[in-house]
Amino acid sequence: MPVRVQLEDFDLSAEVAALRAADPRIGAVAAFIGLVREVNAGSQVSGMFLEHYPGMTEKALMAIIAEARARWALFDALVIHRVGPLRPTDPIVLVAVTSAHRGEAFAACEFIMDALKTRAPFWKREETPAGHRWVDARAGDAEAAARWSGESDPGPKA
Amino acid sequence: MSVRILYFASLRERLGKREEILDLPEGLGTVEELIVWLASEGREALREVPSLRFAVNQEMARASDPVLDGDEVAFFPPVTGG
Repeated sequence: MPVRVQLEDFDLSAEVAALRAADPRIGAVAAFIGLVREVNAGSQVSGMFLEHYPGMTEKALMAIIAEARARWALFDALVIHRVGPLRPTDPIVLVAVTSAHRGEAFAACEFIMDALKTRAPFWKREETPAGHRWVDARAGDAEAAARWSGESDPGPKA
Repeated sequence: MSVRILYFASLRERLGKREEILDLPEGLGTVEELIVWLASEGREALREVPSLRFAVNQEMARASDPVLDGDEVAFFPPVTGG
């Protein structure tokens, strides 16, 4: 299953090793890990809670991976997203992809992350000194995702 | 007809519930009409969420999309994962 939504932390090395599976065709692995920051929108964040829509979240992530695979020559792709209570420095999300060359791997990894930010149903609630607050969507995230529509260049070849 | 309605994040908190199964009045055919009806039935918070998003049967939907008997309709603010 290339998509996992879980409470537990993940192990980058173990996940990448499983994704590669010693496949000699793979020339590139790109991985991204998103972390909880201690400051967001000018406030100190002591913790956060991540909510999701069981069922739809997994479907949305699978659809994003399918789009990436249709667009770039990937061997495999993985998304792990954590939910529940998290603290600053905790990993939130892992995206990893394998391909023959770095261009496809970098581009697909960034595309999956940008699409996830705007299309996968997750919501963050932060704990701050003033109480808890739901995080607002950022215009920059929509702009980052929009960059990928209508663009056909898969990026530089390795 | 009967639909299952789900609320998430700030909307869930404001309404104090995460889901309900409701019998809808006759003639109610789209997501937009469902929102208008729900707001008139005590769920005004649906009108107060900036950029309200919705999904029908776990697919992102538009206001003009149909709502049919047995559908699962979810309402939520813009997503903020990652």
